[in-house]
Amino acid sequence: MVHQHFSLAPNLTVLENVMTGTESLWKLASDSRAGRQKLEAISKRFGLAVDPEARVGDLSVGEQQRVEILKALYNDAHILVLDEPTAVLTGPEAEKLFSTLKEMAAQGLSLIFISHKLDEVMATADRVVVLRGGRQVAERKASETSKAELAELMVGRKVERPVREAATPGPVVLEAVGVTVRVDGVDRLKAVDFTLHAGEVLGIIGVSGNGQSVLAGLLSGTAKRSAGDLVVFGKGVGDLSVADAIALGIGRVPEDRNGEGAIGEMAIWENAVLERIADYSNNGFVDRNRAVSFADSIIEAFDVRGGTPSSRTRLLSGGNMQKLILGRNLIENPKILLAAQPARGLDEGAVAAVHERILAARRAGTAVLLISEDLDEVMALADRIQAIVGGSLSPPVAAEDANAQKLGLMMAGEWTENADAV
Amino acid sequence: MRFERREHRPAALVIATPLIAVVAALAVSGILIALAGAPVFEAYWKILVGAFGSKLSITETLTRATPLILTGLAAAVAFRAKLWNIGAEGQFYLGAIATAAVGARITEGMAPIIQIPILLAAGAVAGMVLLLLPLWLRLKFSVDEVVTTLLLNFVAILFVSMLVDTVLKDPMAFGWPQSEAVERAARLPKLIDRSRLHIGLLIAVAIAFAVHFVQSRTTFGMRARAAGLNPRGAVFAGVPLARTLVLVAMLSGGLAGLAGSIEVLGVKGYVTTDLSPGYGYSGIVVAMLANLHPLGVVLAALFTAVMFVGADGMSRSLGIPTYIADVTVALSLISMLVAVFFTQYRVRR
Repeated sequence: MVHQHFSLAPNLTVLENVMTGTESLWKLASDSRAGRQKLEAISKRFGLAVDPEARVGDLSVGEQQRVEILKALYNDAHILVLDEPTAVLTGPEAEKLFSTLKEMAAQGLSLIFISHKLDEVMATADRVVVLRGGRQVAERKASETSKAELAELMVGRKVERPVREAATPGPVVLEAVGVTVRVDGVDRLKAVDFTLHAGEVLGIIGVSGNGQSVLAGLLSGTAKRSAGDLVVFGKGVGDLSVADAIALGIGRVPEDRNGEGAIGEMAIWENAVLERIADYSNNGFVDRNRAVSFADSIIEAFDVRGGTPSSRTRLLSGGNMQKLILGRNLIENPKILLAAQPARGLDEGAVAAVHERILAARRAGTAVLLISEDLDEVMALADRIQAIVGGSLSPPVAAEDANAQKLGLMMAGEWTENADAV
Repeated sequence: MRFERREHRPAALVIATPLIAVVAALAVSGILIALAGAPVFEAYWKILVGAFGSKLSITETLTRATPLILTGLAAAVAFRAKLWNIGAEGQFYLGAIATAAVGARITEGMAPIIQIPILLAAGAVAGMVLLLLPLWLRLKFSVDEVVTTLLLNFVAILFVSMLVDTVLKDPMAFGWPQSEAVERAARLPKLIDRSRLHIGLLIAVAIAFAVHFVQSRTTFGMRARAAGLNPRGAVFAGVPLARTLVLVAMLSGGLAGLAGSIEVLGVKGYVTTDLSPGYGYSGIVVAMLANLHPLGVVLAALFTAVMFVGADGMSRSLGIPTYIADVTVALSLISMLVAVFFTQYRVRR
């Protein structure tokens, strides 16, 4: 198994990394001579050249991946599973990997190559299996299928007509102009542009890990941009802090309910008011009565079940916690709502409740940015759709013009700039 | 067998936890006392007599409890916000020496009603400064404060030891390394005549209530709690993490510094390098025994003081080393940690 994120010890050499775990702990000395011979034999056989004495931390990402593969082969693997192996590689490195994989297959190894990039799949695979929502939906020979067919299979059944009623969107309330966000030296968002109108839902689709959390962080005030500008209500806001976002009336539903959205060990009323604690304090003292009655009104209006204001938030089910988080944002009628994976992990009933709330906010004139991996959800709620791939945003398409094939291609990073911008 | 997180923590269990822990610790130390060849129940009786047997012993126990309450609070407020301040010992000494220095050099002759608050404030500020430095290192360079606060203890204690042997050395002390003294008028009044007990005890208890109030009722207390429980969630909710931690550090360091200051003004009037028998470190134990609750800290500090003072008495009459007090306190900490675990989890087969 070769994971998307490596499990290597950067302070050890290649040989040490490869041999770790292959010898008994009770052996006093490690037999590195035999290990080195075996490693060299394997690298020669498959053309995976790496210096066994190099420190892994000094290697490039492509070389580190080679070490991961060598590690699996060293353990006499016959089946190699590669999870999104090209996600971290540069173009030429990926090309090199493909030729290595072909060589390995030619020598009798079985390879499972997990990817959402259709080009790579078509270039390397003999057979293609399409998974959707944990189910195997199709199996094709690579020679008998096409990117278009795969894209449609990835997205699924005929796209259902959205349940939302038509509406004319209002004025632009938020605009991102060439925003780049760099985290630890990597551009997680690359010069993205989008506009958000009052009373519309803009859906951002994409395979997870393509920059969605940074995009959500940008509007939440937790991610700092390194280039470009955010324009809110016609004014450039520069770096948006959490306090700015709250003050501007941006309702925020984070993708990680337990990690960011709520503090499980605190009471429901505390989580209800923590974002706007200054409004519920007098001279630094928390006005508990007012805070509790605010929490009560959320529980009442948003049908949060399973707790009173003073019970610990951790005791709520996921759906009820999400209703609490939605409630504390929507009860104030925000101008803008950021909803990141709002229905992830919820049961059907809770999903319907969350969707109903988002559509109600849209009717009330809120501009909604919906970030989701669930295409059905986006098709049901969004007026316009953009895809996020490797930190870049596709031009928007109107939901009416979207179909499974088109969205599948967009999610695979295949769009023509400005071809059908809305 | 596996452990399952409890949904509800019964209030009775939470209160019973430290008591069960203490009983368990006493049972185990009973075995050690028996091994040392002394009658176990008599030994415990002697501990009680040593701690409560006379007016003198009671005042002595309370005098010992006073700095423990303050260092216990210092650890409790910091630990609640997940700021691991292991440096209360150094902050205690720095607070003590600041008080002695300001008292001997600057404020001498002022009216006590002005002078005492100034001296207490000087001690608190010194403690704050010594904790803000490691916090700055953590916020700026993510240096682990466990290491920095722990090592700064030695720096602070050696610094104090240098001062009491050089610039602040009392020329009237027959060559002993002790600091110049704060004048008698500026000392804390005694609670009971002809004892060491001073109003510092009342100050410490009042501060425990004040800390409890701050933690449960103020915006700062709520933010500090959020920052400790889930830093990422706190940041998302707009809690200014760095600013909150700075305030927590000022409170924690200030309390430890104040403990040193009150010890100087209440008991000796001057600083020596044996002013604290490890009050700073014992404060950590006190805070953990109290499950970081400010009012629990008062009780845990009393328990710890009883053990230390009582063990002195026991050792005098039965010839068992006083280390048994350290052992018992340490054992009760360990059993407390186990007991706290069982208030949060239950065992399922």
